[in-house]
Amino acid sequence: MYCVGIDIGSTASKVAVLKNSEIVHTMLMNTGFSSIATSEAILKNLNESGINKENSKIIATGYGRVSVPYASKTITEISCHARGADFLFKEAGTVIDIGGQDTKAIMLNNGRVSKFIMNDKCSAGTGKFLEIMSNRLGVTQDELSRLAMKGQAIAISSMCTVFAESEVISLIGKGTPREDIAFGVIESVVNKVVQLVSQVYNDKYFLTGGLCDNRYLIERLGKALQNPVTSIPMARYAGAIGAALYAEN
Amino acid sequence: MSELKLPGRFDEYVDARKEGFIAVKEYKENGGNVAGCLCSYTPVELLDAAGIAAISLCGTSNETIPDAEKVLPKNLCPLIKSTYGFAYTEKCPYTYFSDIIIGETTCDGKKKMYELLNELKETYILQLPQGQERSYAKDIWYEELKLLKEKLEEKFNVEITDEKLREAVKMRNNLRKALCGMYNLQTSCPPAMSGTDMMYTLLKGSFSFDKNAYIEQINNIVAKKIKEYQEEKFAVDKCAKRILLTGCPSGGVIEKIGAVVEKNGGVIVCLDDCAGERTNEILVDENADDILRAISDRYLSINCSVMTPNNGRIENTKRMVEKYKVDGVIDMVLQACHTFNIESVNMGKMMDEIGVPFLKLETDYSTADSGQIETRIEAFIEML
Repeated sequence: MYCVGIDIGSTASKVAVLKNSEIVHTMLMNTGFSSIATSEAILKNLNESGINKENSKIIATGYGRVSVPYASKTITEISCHARGADFLFKEAGTVIDIGGQDTKAIMLNNGRVSKFIMNDKCSAGTGKFLEIMSNRLGVTQDELSRLAMKGQAIAISSMCTVFAESEVISLIGKGTPREDIAFGVIESVVNKVVQLVSQVYNDKYFLTGGLCDNRYLIERLGKALQNPVTSIPMARYAGAIGAALYAEN
Repeated sequence: MSELKLPGRFDEYVDARKEGFIAVKEYKENGGNVAGCLCSYTPVELLDAAGIAAISLCGTSNETIPDAEKVLPKNLCPLIKSTYGFAYTEKCPYTYFSDIIIGETTCDGKKKMYELLNELKETYILQLPQGQERSYAKDIWYEELKLLKEKLEEKFNVEITDEKLREAVKMRNNLRKALCGMYNLQTSCPPAMSGTDMMYTLLKGSFSFDKNAYIEQINNIVAKKIKEYQEEKFAVDKCAKRILLTGCPSGGVIEKIGAVVEKNGGVIVCLDDCAGERTNEILVDENADDILRAISDRYLSINCSVMTPNNGRIENTKRMVEKYKVDGVIDMVLQACHTFNIESVNMGKMMDEIGVPFLKLETDYSTADSGQIETRIEAFIEML
């Protein structure tokens, strides 16, 4: 019996397949415009790997969780990220998930959520903020981090993504080096995340979600939180893994 | 009396709204007077005794907010904007036909909005003390009630006698007891009534003209629900997580929060806002020598976040958590409501202390954040 977790995020969709509590298959794709089309593409891919509705149990999570008609159940990404992080890191701590439209900080205790905080409806401190600023600077998000490492301390003071973009435009207009702007962009996200996390502070943090292999951001976040932030490449799938674990029992 | 006119855009209104306008118009044509009220601090016994119907003003819908924002700042509580918007657009029959609006100096937003509202409709403002503890606080409020009494007597050419006040007190106490009887339905497991069902009943009741009929209606609901419960016809799933909803007035978020809680495996067992048990369990002493004083003392003992200090509210919530065997507390703060927003820190601390999971939601009447709100509520119920 396969246990499948499908995490339809606002930007990326992730799939994890477990068999006897071992991860046997993962998949990553852009969510695109239609969550339903994405969930159909996922089903097709699963079928090609020999996984079908008959030999598996499927749980959906993420903001598009209701668009997976073949899932037997939906569970929120908060519970799933917590469960997935517990599986991956096997320790108590606070999980930070910087998602495409939400940033979440979830306090884990014995593998269960004891408290969680989400950002307000605005996109400050989320993946969306990084995406928009990278586009404005004409670089990928990876390049943004590499540039930021060489940057000098400048601050982007607007929290609002739209205002911050105007601020970046005026910095570009003044001829500020791209490295410095990149530094300011990453710091802005770090500061916003730290503010959110302060309500669920801990001595250990785990970063899950799409930024899990952004070493520079992880390093800056750890410095700002004054406590270690760890992540592993598989943490990108934490929500999907959590959903698959829920499918197991 | 001059002939009553309907609003200029009456023909465009939906049927339910048209019916509302016609009903109030008829009430007034038969000699009735209407006072629009907004707050639990409004001493409605004075209005009852003057023969004036005390009716809540519409203020729980997003519909009129874009119009209100033509005048009021955007960064303001939705309840304030919506209320003003209903007056501005002439879409609420109670606001439109009210002879007077009774306001109060609770929060800064309301008290300054009333100045603008007064330009559309006569608004009389009661001045509340800032707290209950000063030795002279009760005297201030008593004096305020005396001024209101004089105002009503003069404007409506009536005499508010002690006898009429005492009669009003008895009726209002009966209403409060009936409401508390309905709240008490939720102590059982599963609760005998769904929380949203109760929220709608309360909202509808705030617009009722005949309070005695409303008392009877509540008592009938209670009897019916008890009977159904005894016959094991449960309105709510036995496994539903028991939620206490505290914070700002919740009439405008019944769908956005109440229904979402109950759709996702929860049930609201205690409405801990100012229209709930916290306020309605406080009765007026019917036998007091000075009945006006008894009324003013009762109203000042209401615990609202506009008061400082306001420890009574949090102590009471703690008591309600035990009484209703609550699994989790949701603190709902309407956008830009500073007093409840800041008091949420202490509410959260208290819940940490007694080990009850706590979720704060800051929202408004729009659907802009419905998705995020639903995810938070769902996740909160999952963790209980």
